[in-house]
Amino acid sequence: MLEQVRKPWTDRRAERSLGALACLVLLVILFMVVFVAIRAWPSFHANGLSWFGAKGNVDIQLDRMVNSGANPTKADYQLGAWPLIYATALTTGVAVILGLVFSLLSAIFIVEFAPESLRRLIVPIVRLLAAVPSVVYGLIGILVFVPLVGNHLITPGQKQSVQYVIQLSGGSLLVSSLILTIMITPIMIAFTVDGLYAIPRSWREGAVALGVNRWRAMWTVTVRAARPAILAGAVLATARALGEAIMISMVSGSKGFAPNPADGLTFLFEPLRTLAATVVENAESINAPAMRASLYAMALLLLFGGLVLSLGSWLIKQPLKKYGVRN
Amino acid sequence: MATRSTLPPLPSPSAPVPGGPGRKRRVNESVSTWRLTDRIGYLFMWAAGLLLCAIGIGIVLFMALKGLQYLRPSLLVSRPQADLDQSKSGGFLDPLLGTVILTIVGIVIATPLAVASATWVVEYGRPRWLGRAVESGIEIIAGTPDIVIAVFGLVLFQQGIFGWMSFTAQGGAVFGRSFLTAGSMMSLIALPMVFASTREGLQAIPSHVREASYALGKTKAATIRRVLLPSVRANISTGAALGMGRIAGDTAIVVVLLGASLQLDPQGDVPGLKTLKGTGGTLTSYVYNNSPAGEGNAPQKAYSAAFVLLLIVIALNFAVDLVARRGSAQGIETSRLGAAK
Repeated sequence: MLEQVRKPWTDRRAERSLGALACLVLLVILFMVVFVAIRAWPSFHANGLSWFGAKGNVDIQLDRMVNSGANPTKADYQLGAWPLIYATALTTGVAVILGLVFSLLSAIFIVEFAPESLRRLIVPIVRLLAAVPSVVYGLIGILVFVPLVGNHLITPGQKQSVQYVIQLSGGSLLVSSLILTIMITPIMIAFTVDGLYAIPRSWREGAVALGVNRWRAMWTVTVRAARPAILAGAVLATARALGEAIMISMVSGSKGFAPNPADGLTFLFEPLRTLAATVVENAESINAPAMRASLYAMALLLLFGGLVLSLGSWLIKQPLKKYGVRN
Repeated sequence: MATRSTLPPLPSPSAPVPGGPGRKRRVNESVSTWRLTDRIGYLFMWAAGLLLCAIGIGIVLFMALKGLQYLRPSLLVSRPQADLDQSKSGGFLDPLLGTVILTIVGIVIATPLAVASATWVVEYGRPRWLGRAVESGIEIIAGTPDIVIAVFGLVLFQQGIFGWMSFTAQGGAVFGRSFLTAGSMMSLIALPMVFASTREGLQAIPSHVREASYALGKTKAATIRRVLLPSVRANISTGAALGMGRIAGDTAIVVVLLGASLQLDPQGDVPGLKTLKGTGGTLTSYVYNNSPAGEGNAPQKAYSAAFVLLLIVIALNFAVDLVARRGSAQGIETSRLGAAK
């Protein structure tokens, strides 16, 4: 038996073994969808489509699930996850829009306009920002920015205006989306820079020869041609932002509350909690069946979000193949 | 005035380069001749670039300041204790060990898998649709939130056949949380990075290298083993270093699958294996639990642990540069920002 392994491998055997290992990846994805879906089923079954709707206070519903014990009744499965879904969409949306502008400007700066000395500084900084663990971002957020916003930015009047609905303490939409922006910007910069470099320099030179300035040439020719790369980066960054759990759970105030845009500026200071943060915070009580089903249902939603976004980025990247850009 | 050429002219082969050879000549253009909208955009772009620098430097300086202020060597070598009095709650030796063990377990599982998949995709990849499916599959895993991977790991490893990997209760219920199970799921976090880096390296090897090996009578399998894999060694280490940085910085999987306990909690009585089968915590979960969001609420300890964690992660990420400089790494130079993906 051992001798068989030690003998030089034949081509066919090498191909089969390597191929089998490679297909393990597909198996893992299949298992992931199936297992998570099976565990999530009771929650969807009990709630139907109203799972996605608003049905009173989410935190109370989750508490009831924890207390329902080993044999929950159907009423214990009641969950309207709308505030969590809304919070996820809100933080992700704000972060991606801000990040898109920020990363596009920074990428143009890196590729075309930055002095060489500054470029040598900024590239390691982008990599550093990508490498910082989310818990470190969360720590800085909760110890520096949350108190800052809570004590100085929110006026007592704003606190009073919503005091019967929610307490404003600083953990808010504002802090979570801003830190999330900083976390996803490096990914977008990496994609955008690669995309901008992949566009032949002669195109830009052609535009300059026709008489526009460098900024115009960059903006109207190179950026426009690199749009698929920029979009692919944005899509991947969206996936990253959707799944961010730890940082959000630390700085968002962690309330199952849907911030109300009708509150004006106070809207920015209202607390929230995303799907991923809910899962990670309630992981301790995952043994209660009702809670487990609900948490797996949220995970399934995130998983599908990730799958759709991966598919999207794959579709977007197809036109890029002709410039030889591989990501 | 806008008709002026604003890019450095390409040196034509016949004419001598003005300013002498080797000197970069740049036509100086004045931004003041631009249209107002362009000038505003230009200004915003500089602001974005400088803001990015300021954020990066600010984070490092702030963490270094706080870390050096609170970090004592004794914290690194004493075990954590659950105590309300911060002078008695000890250091973070166990979380530090936990980070090291978990990172090693994760990367030991991820590297062979990723290298095998990358080799298969580049060198064989038949049938074509399967090769493409594997590549997209790895991209999907890269885009899956870590919290989803964590809860998937929990349901997977609570199945009976994985009982040997973690603690099994009297009634036969499998606990599912241990260094082995958490490490296996962590390998999924590192897998895409090792895969991408190995694939880049293999694709960068010119085909005549393979042909020369076949001409000497080597089989394809022998070529992969003796020629191709040795020449992408630097790429594999690059990917592995990046993957290890990702594993060391991940929190969600630790909280869900490792128990995020304060101390290492061995199971069974086989030395070595008992730690792997047991639960524990890492620096990330230690920081999380000691922040105001967790139960510990000891910001000084959280800052010092976060500083150590940041040093580990930065060291792993910039070890890549050393590898690239030393080895004959293919395709690493071209995508220096690739590490940020």
